[in-house]
Parts: sequence; C-alpha cells; structure tokens
Amino acid sequence: MATFKDFRNSVKPNWCPGCGDFSVQAAIQRAAANVGYEPSELAIISGIGCSGRISGYINSYGFHGIHGRALPIAQGLKMANKDLKVIASGGDGDGFAIGMGHTIHAIRRNIDITYVVMDNQIYGLTKGQTSPRSAAGFITKSTPGGAIEPSLKPLEVALTAGATFVAQGFSTDIKELTAMIEAGLNHKGFSFINVFSPCVTYNKVNTYDWFKENLTKLADIEGYDSSNREMAMQTVMRHEGLVTGVIYQDTETTSYQDKIKGYSELPLTDIDISLSEDQFDQLIKEFM
Amino acid sequence: MLHQLSWKVGGQQGEGIESTGEIFSMAMNRLGYFLYGYRHFSSRIKGGHTNNKITVRPTEVRAIADDLDILVAFDQETIDVNYKELTPGSIILADAKFNPTNPEDCVAPLYAVPFTEIAAELGTSLMKNMVAIGATAALLNLDEAVFQSVVDEIFGRKGEEVVAKNIEAIERGRQAITEQIGDRVGTWEIAPADGKRRMFMIGNDAAALGALAAGSRFMAAYPITPASEIMEYMIKKLPLVGGAVIQTEDEIAAATMAIGANYGGVRAFTASAGPGLSLMMEAIGLSGMTEQPLVIFDTQRGGPSTGLPTKQEQSDLMAMLYGTHGEIPKVVIAPSTMEEAFYDTIQAFNIAEELQLPVIVMTDLQLALGKQSVEPFDYSKIEIRRGKIVDSVEDEETKEYFKRYEVTEDGVSPRVFPGLKGGIHHVTGVEHDETGKPSEAPGNRRNQMDKRMRKLQQVRFENPVYVNAPHEDADVLLVGFNSTRGALEEVQENLNAEGVKVNHAHIKLIHPFPSEEMSALMDQAKKVIVVENNATGQLANVMKMNIGGHAKTKSILKYDGTPFLPRELTNLVKEEI
Ligand SMILES: Cc1ncc(C[n+]2csc(CCOP(=O)(O)OP(=O)(O)O)c2C)c(N)n1
Ligand code: SF4
Ligand SMILES: [Mg+2]
Repeated sequence: MATFKDFRNSVKPNWCPGCGDFSVQAAIQRAAANVGYEPSELAIISGIGCSGRISGYINSYGFHGIHGRALPIAQGLKMANKDLKVIASGGDGDGFAIGMGHTIHAIRRNIDITYVVMDNQIYGLTKGQTSPRSAAGFITKSTPGGAIEPSLKPLEVALTAGATFVAQGFSTDIKELTAMIEAGLNHKGFSFINVFSPCVTYNKVNTYDWFKENLTKLADIEGYDSSNREMAMQTVMRHEGLVTGVIYQDTETTSYQDKIKGYSELPLTDIDISLSEDQFDQLIKEFM
Repeated sequence: MLHQLSWKVGGQQGEGIESTGEIFSMAMNRLGYFLYGYRHFSSRIKGGHTNNKITVRPTEVRAIADDLDILVAFDQETIDVNYKELTPGSIILADAKFNPTNPEDCVAPLYAVPFTEIAAELGTSLMKNMVAIGATAALLNLDEAVFQSVVDEIFGRKGEEVVAKNIEAIERGRQAITEQIGDRVGTWEIAPADGKRRMFMIGNDAAALGALAAGSRFMAAYPITPASEIMEYMIKKLPLVGGAVIQTEDEIAAATMAIGANYGGVRAFTASAGPGLSLMMEAIGLSGMTEQPLVIFDTQRGGPSTGLPTKQEQSDLMAMLYGTHGEIPKVVIAPSTMEEAFYDTIQAFNIAEELQLPVIVMTDLQLALGKQSVEPFDYSKIEIRRGKIVDSVEDEETKEYFKRYEVTEDGVSPRVFPGLKGGIHHVTGVEHDETGKPSEAPGNRRNQMDKRMRKLQQVRFENPVYVNAPHEDADVLLVGFNSTRGALEEVQENLNAEGVKVNHAHIKLIHPFPSEEMSALMDQAKKVIVVENNATGQLANVMKMNIGGHAKTKSILKYDGTPFLPRELTNLVKEEI
C-alpha cells in the first residue's frame, strides 16, 4: 500500500517560505495515502494562482488548467473515468471570483469529486489584489482605500446551493485538515473543503496568529451535529464563518453519476466505442 | 408535369406551421422525392412570422428554389411577406378565417379555403394543418394512401378515432379546393419519383450521428440556436450506448469539461454557435497547449454579439482560425453537405485524437437546420483511429514522470490516460518540458512549440476541397464553403449551359489551408469569385493570406440573414464576369 511519501515528487514548490499551501499539499498527500489510494489512480486538477501549482507538486496524475476552470475539467475527467479519484483544487480568486459559476453548479450537480480551496483572502500570484474573500475595508493594491464590497461567505453559499459535504480547515492544523480531506474523499458526492491557507507575503491581516485567535473548532462545540443543515447554517452564521471541521454532510443523497439513466456501469474509458451494424442501421432508419 | 415544386407554408410561430411542413415532407419522402426544407423563424416562441419552404424534386435537390409554386397561408402576413416569390403559374391557398386579401401586384391567384372552419367542424381547429395538406395533395394529384401511412405513424398512438379524423380532414381539404378550382386540380403534379425511401434530416442530425458513430460517449454543452439539436440528439442516444451529456452552466464549462473527459480517455465534444465559441477561446488554447483532443461544432449564425440569432451567416471563420491567444496547432473543417457533416465529423474525431489537438467543425445555420433528403450513410466507411495511445508501461513502479510531451519527429507524443500505472506525468497550460513540468527555458520553449506546430503537417484529410472543374481554361472559378455548395452547383450548371466556362471549388478543410489544390485551381481560371455570407470576405482573405492571385479575386457577399438562392446568385456572378 502506498504511503504519503509515495505521493511526493521531485519538484520543489516555488511557494514563499511559510506559505500556507505547503501544509495543504501535505494534508492531501497524507489523506490520499490514508484512504488507500495509489498515486496512479489519483488525479489532481488545479486552477491558476500560487495555489494552482499544487497539481505539479504531488506524485499523481495532475492537470494545471486555466484560471477558474479546475472544476469543469475535473468533472469531465470523472465523467470519463468514474474509477479515478479526482481532487480539484485552487485559490479563493480561482474558485470564488472567476470560477464562482462553476463552483455553485458543481456543488449542485454533486459529481463525486473533492474540491479543496486554498483561501488566503487575497490574490497571491498577481501580487496582492483584493479577492472576493477579502474583508470589507481590507487594503490591497487594488483597494488602496479599503475594500468596499463585503466578503463572500463560501460556507453559506455552499449550504444554500445544496452541498452534500462542506468542511473548513486551517492549514497549520494538518491533523484535522487531513482527517476532513479523508472524509471528503470517502464522501459519495461532491465534497467542498475551504482551507484557510495564509499568504505570508501579501496578507498581513489574516495571519496565522489572527486565525489562531479567531477560529473555533466545531469539535469543541457541544452537541454539534454535522448531519443537521439548519444547525450548520446557524453555527456558521453565528461564528461569521470562522469555524473548522466537517460542517455538514448528507450521506443519503446519491451522486450525480449514480442518477444518470443509461450511464455505463463500467468507466466510459473501458467500453467499446464502436456502434454495431445493427445499432447503426436502427439509427439510420429513424430518419427514413 | 413539374420537375421541381416549391411549396411554402407560413403563419404565426407556435401555430403548428412546423408540423404542417413536417407532414408534407414525410409524405413526399415516402414517395421517393428529394427534398430541401428551410425554415424562416425568429427569436421568439409564440407569435412572429414563421415559414417553412420545401423544394421537391424527383432528382437530387441541392438548393432552395428562388420561386414558389404553392403558398399556404395561415395569416395575412404570410401573404404580404412572401408573395413576391410567386410566379404567374403559382397559387395561394389561404385560410378563409382571416379574410385574406391578395396584394394588387401579386401575379398569382388567391383561393380562400376554410381550413379552420372545416377543422372545427371535425372537432378541433388544430387540424387546420391537415386540411391544408389535403388541399395541397389535390393540387399535386397525390394518392391518398401515402397520407394514410404518415397519419398512422404520427397519430397511431392516439387511437383509431384520431387517425380517422385526420384522414377525414385531409379529404375535406381536397374536396374544398376541388370545388373552387375544378379542372385545375392536379396542375402541380410532379414527375414521378423512384419510390425509394431516403433519410430526411437536418445537418445537426448528421453531425450528431457522426459523433455517435465516431465513438464519442460524452458531450458537454450549453443550449444555443442553431446548435441545440446536436445536444438534444446526443441526450436521446448516448444513454443507449452507456454515455452521457451534461448541460453545463456555460460554454466555458462545456469546453473545459470536454477537455477533462478527453484527458481521461473518452472521445468528448461540445457544440455551440458564435457567442459560445467566443466564450470557449481560452479553452481552445488550453486544448492546443496541453495537447488534449477536443472537437467543437460551431453552427454559425448571424453575428456580431447576439446578431441575427436565427438567420444564416458565415462570419465566424476568422474567429475560428485566429480567435484564441498565442499560437496553437488547430484544424478547422467545413462540411458542405449532409454526407460531409456525417463523414467529416468522424474524420474530425480521428484527427483530434491522432494529432492531439482541437478540431473545429464549422457549419452554418442553413446547413445545420436545413432539412434535406440524403441516401443512407454507409456503415462500412466508419473508421475509428485513436492514434498513439500507450496502454501499458514496462516499469510500472518507476518514479520518473512519463514523457507525455516527448519531442518526436512527427510532433505527436505518446499518450497515456490517468489511472495507468507508470504513466504519471503533469499536464499544464504553462510551457512545459517533455514530462509536462513547467519550464521557461528558451531551448525547451522552441522545441515544444516546434513539436506542437509540426503536427499540422500531419493532417490527413480526405478530399480537402470539393472540386468540379471541367475547364482547363475557365472563365471563372467559383469558391465557397459550407451551405452555399448547392446554390453554387446550380450557378455553375446555369452558366455552363449559357457557354460561360465555370469551375467550382468548395473548401472543406479551411485550416491548414489546402494551398496546393487551390493554387492549381486558381491558375486554371481567368477570374476567381469567392461567395460568402458575411460582410468582409473572410474566406477570400484567408485565400489571399495563403496563396497569390489577389488581382483576379473578387467577392460576392451577402449578409442580410438570408441564404443565397440559385438564380439570384447566377445573376450576381454574371455581373462580375
Ligand atoms: C483569465 C485570466 N485572468 C487573469 C489571470 C491572472 N491571474 C492569475 S492567478 C490570479 C488570481 C490568483 O488568486 P487566487 O485564485 O486567490 O490564487 P492565489 O494566488 O492566491 O493562490 C489572476 C487574477 C489569468 N491567469 N487568467
Ligand atoms: S505570494 Fe502568498 S500565496 Fe503566493 S506563494 Fe507567497 S505566500 Fe503563498
Ligand atoms: Mg488567493
């Protein structure tokens, strides 16, 4: 069986020292090993941003696509080969600005993949502009007078969009993060995991210390029940989104692929793609 | 007896105009006639003038006729908008219900027939279309038996009574017109056909069937006129072969999802029109850069922006060739007939996989939605070629990344699908080395760019140009692409009969451009006339970029949303020579 070391490759990440994304990478590698994947059966599809580079740093199949489009590529891949384990991943700009349309619809659609967002409340790669996750008043190169727009609330959005799995982690707590990614990988449907992954270079407000001070672990809330969507919504609202742990999981709803009529039991990659002469004749006759 | 009949039915959208045309066509198809149907419609669901013009011949019909022999009108607007197409030998059958009036300068007689009244007497005014069909049948002297089988097929499920009522409606229509015109019944009888049944389909059907036969098992798309029928066909048929369609949130998702599925190892595609194509541009670049096959249909319609969404145009050509940023190898194919829409689609999927690049199959609204008779496609001609797929690696435990982008002589690298042991590699839209790892080194950049571009030299496309060039020293070479083919063939026939030496070339492979074939053809002609449905002469410009002969090249352009008609085009060509 593969260990997390088997998910390492020889590429040295070009992230800044101290960047939160290192721990997210480590957590994905550990989670993949813990659930028993082989590197060759895992594909990581990532967007564009500092975070988007992650697919090149893990020893697995990897596809670094275009800005905001990791999710459709990942869903297309999973549709083609449902035996593959597919993780989509990228930044807060990638998933909540340019790619927000895909995020909402991937959540609704509920194809069995796991989506890990590295949320640093800023655009890292383009050197420090505001992101939909930046708090109102946040000063960046593009908001010198402080951000005017309120910050997007991804957990609430996911819950209202009909998510079947919502979790949030913090990149320094690798143990908790690994466990929730494992839970996401084991979830039968779309799992959405937002991870606070500080940008040490461009975000001097939402620092490691700031998160330590402000985050509440759901595990510490007595009686928290992650199968209760109403409780999930209330708790997230009460804590202004600053919670970590598995927030909500619906284990009953089946995944999109299980619901498609006529969809092959075998992965599409394994079926014979030629039509028989009989099938073809039948199709021709329908036009006559 | 006529050798061609041109029939049109018109009324308000949502009134059953389409089904009237459909039933008439089915009957004529059963009798072995060749048909070409073209719908005029607008971007609204109920209301607004719509019509369906059907050209019928006992021999192959390649274009919509200029004139009209019979106009069936369910409202006054239909008469007002279409009477100019009538000739002195034509006739208007109008529903008496709206008190039709014939415009003063109309050359054809108008007969008011109580379509709606008769239908209402029989139980429902909805059957007025059957009454109109009956009247048409009388004019054409058609045998009733043919309608029996059509009505059985359409209404059989609804029970015997419904079938009987519809047959009665047809009979009453026949009687009603016979009472009015007496002896002239049968004047529009067409020379008999061979009785052989053919397929009757729109270009979108042919393309979709091509995709299915080519082995595509996944489609992602977003609805748009005039492409949606491709998706709708796949939604009906893919479940029968284990595949699936996802209607995505937009065309960016559609194209990138198709890329993801191709990366996974399944033939996948999308279909759209101009606005969707614009949204897909970045994804097309991704397909080119990451060497993932991708087939895209662009059913052109009137642009720019929302433009003329339900009208004919051929103005996306440049966007298809140059619309994505940076430089990628890309193949652009332009079928011009039903057969080509089917067989070239299969070629498109083969080329996309063999050369690992995006292939755009462009059609236009007239081809996409025009409904034509076509001989059944040939199963034995379907061939699936998937190129350099590696399905096992010697050292499965290797830690080395697979050279997915190996620099090879033909530019095509071996391809593995995710899941294969020992095949791990990286894929990125960033410039990369042979294993897919990002690299900005100048030498590597040159090697990878050259390798990708080399693939264009490997494009093997059967018959890149349709050629009918009987003259070594032609007065004129007519050039076109997509649906203008039939009209140009008729122009050629007309002018050759008048002693003008006309050659015709219809370009099917737009990129890489078939320069050799086209130069040779141009050398044989004193003049070259490029006929296009756009305002700037896009194909003529592509020809000028690829080959010489600028001085003798002229354009005939039409961008008013209507297709070229054979006689109209013949006259336009005459003016140029
Ligand atoms: C279509 C497009 N627009 C803009 C860019 C430039 N761009 C690259 S990454 C990025 C934002 C990165 O922010 P985020 O997604 O939060 O990732 P991070 O770098 O913070 O991890 C932008 C705007 C691009 N690559 N593509
Ligand atoms: S800029 Fe910020 S997000 Fe990007 S690598 Fe550096 S610390 Fe990480
Ligand atoms: Mg960010």
